[in-house]
Amino acid sequence: MKHNTRNVYLIPYVLWIVLFVVAPILLILYYSFFDIEGQWTIANYKKFFTPIYLKMTFSSFWYAFLITVFSLLIAYPTAYLLTKTKHKQLWLLLIILPTWVNLLLKVYAFLGIFGTYGLANAVLEALGVGTKQILFTDFSFVFVSVYIFIPFMVLPIFNALEELNPSLVDAARDLGASAWTTFRRVVFPLTIDGVKAGCQAVFIPALSLFMITRLIAGNRVITLGTAIEEHFLVTQDWGMGATIAVFLIIAMAIVVIITGNRK
Amino acid sequence: MKKLVQLFAAVFVTAFALMYIAFHLNKAEGYSGHHTLTIYNWGDYIDPKLIKKFEKQTGMKVIYQTFDSNEAMMAKIAQGGTTFDVAVPSEYAVSKMKEEGLLVPLDHSKLPNLKYINPRFLHLSFDPNNTYSVPYFWGTVGIVYNRDMLGGKKITSWNDLWDKDLRNQILLVDGAREVIGMGLNSLHYSLNDTNKAHLREAKRKLDTLTPNIKAIVGDEIKMLIANEEAAVGVVWSGDAAEMIAENEKLDYVVPKEGSNLWFDNMVIPKTAKNIEGAHQFINFMLDPKNAAQNAEYVGYSTPNEKALEYLPKEITDDKRFYPDFTSIGNLEVYENLGKRMLAYYNELFLEFKMHRK
Repeated sequence: MKHNTRNVYLIPYVLWIVLFVVAPILLILYYSFFDIEGQWTIANYKKFFTPIYLKMTFSSFWYAFLITVFSLLIAYPTAYLLTKTKHKQLWLLLIILPTWVNLLLKVYAFLGIFGTYGLANAVLEALGVGTKQILFTDFSFVFVSVYIFIPFMVLPIFNALEELNPSLVDAARDLGASAWTTFRRVVFPLTIDGVKAGCQAVFIPALSLFMITRLIAGNRVITLGTAIEEHFLVTQDWGMGATIAVFLIIAMAIVVIITGNRK
Repeated sequence: MKKLVQLFAAVFVTAFALMYIAFHLNKAEGYSGHHTLTIYNWGDYIDPKLIKKFEKQTGMKVIYQTFDSNEAMMAKIAQGGTTFDVAVPSEYAVSKMKEEGLLVPLDHSKLPNLKYINPRFLHLSFDPNNTYSVPYFWGTVGIVYNRDMLGGKKITSWNDLWDKDLRNQILLVDGAREVIGMGLNSLHYSLNDTNKAHLREAKRKLDTLTPNIKAIVGDEIKMLIANEEAAVGVVWSGDAAEMIAENEKLDYVVPKEGSNLWFDNMVIPKTAKNIEGAHQFINFMLDPKNAAQNAEYVGYSTPNEKALEYLPKEITDDKRFYPDFTSIGNLEVYENLGKRMLAYYNELFLEFKMHRK
């Protein structure tokens, strides 16, 4: 009897996973085998291995890599300093706060800030550098993406640092390790799980970014996400869109396995 | 467990009770059946006073809902579950909806005001006998430019865009047919060209334009050009009219090589519940006085010949938005090229976007 009730409680979770995780992935896989006229084909997969899509895949990975690296470079020191501050929770809240604002609104704000007559150029002008084109460049694309992803990198690293037993750091220092050695040999290895989680939380969504590529990069940066959006909404070539999605899912799975815990 | 079941049951019962009450409230207010008319149109694309006038004239209650892309509108109508009585798709969407059986044929005997439409805007390739659609507004694709930023230089043709002085000054609208079409037109090919060699040639020509292109953007283009972020933009005439209203240094030109002529059309989708009312509404909008009032409010060009008499001269004499058709070489309407050809256009467009400076 007891056994039965336990299974009943399992039903919602199983249903959830089947309906919202397994079924959509299978559907994507299914659609990827149809061409634009609904004929069964594997042409989509052949097409993916043409230079245009390979180039797109490469550029997606390259930009996602840049975004992750810069996010990490900024987020780790931030998280580290956060653990040293007095009002940790308040500072953390301030970092998380921007995520409460709709993504599109934040991106639109940058259109104004980075514009020819925007704030950024006004500052450059005042500094005597002169007006530069900031909007619609690789720089603005990476900058805005990093800005958007930073909270997702800070949080797991902050948690990992919080869990770090401070007596280990004290022990390292007592045994004569320099600050840098302590960080390199003790702090960083012990928080590597947080770093990995953060990198996953940034790299994976960064691979399939699409709105920012149009609004901030003016379609000068084309990622796989842009191509999927285009195929589903404009071309109505669901097959090709699904095929790209299949490769994205595979790529993400590889990323998760590489950065996963091998305990 | 029992509590869980009770909770679910309670939620379901409440939900159904609320639905029942809402249904009756709607009925009492006349939100269903023959006393209401649901219109599905682009945002800010009708004079609200006309809706009031129509309601007063017919005693019907009008519900006005909006969409922002043909694709979104078609998806919503295809899904069903809606009761749109009149919709306003663009011409290529009309032919697509026609193919997919999403439209109800119009009863021309109920649309006597159709006679006021300029014959040049009737019997077009996307709906040869106007069986399903009636033109609402029309326009062109062209170039909007900032006179001051160009220092008095005039732009009259597509090929002017390849000028070396325009480096990093051009914004393009994010549409495959508009951009590839621009390449085709600049080579004096048809906008509906399906010869792949011509299309590839157009794409190669567009690649050489890359140094001049600042960005390829969506609706933001209106704001960006009005704010002088770039000097030149390739846009739809309606958007150009809006930009000019905001920034008077701007000017609009239909390039002399030719360009696209587009139409937004009134149709009755399959979802219609009040077909009689829908005809009344379409006929009401075709009335010359109403059409003129609407054109003045929206700022687009009306296909209603008689309505031009009711519009101020400075609007109808503006050659930018009411061009003299004899002076412009070839204005073409987009034909439905079929999914495969369209996919090819999009592929070329994607390749063009990926071409780096």
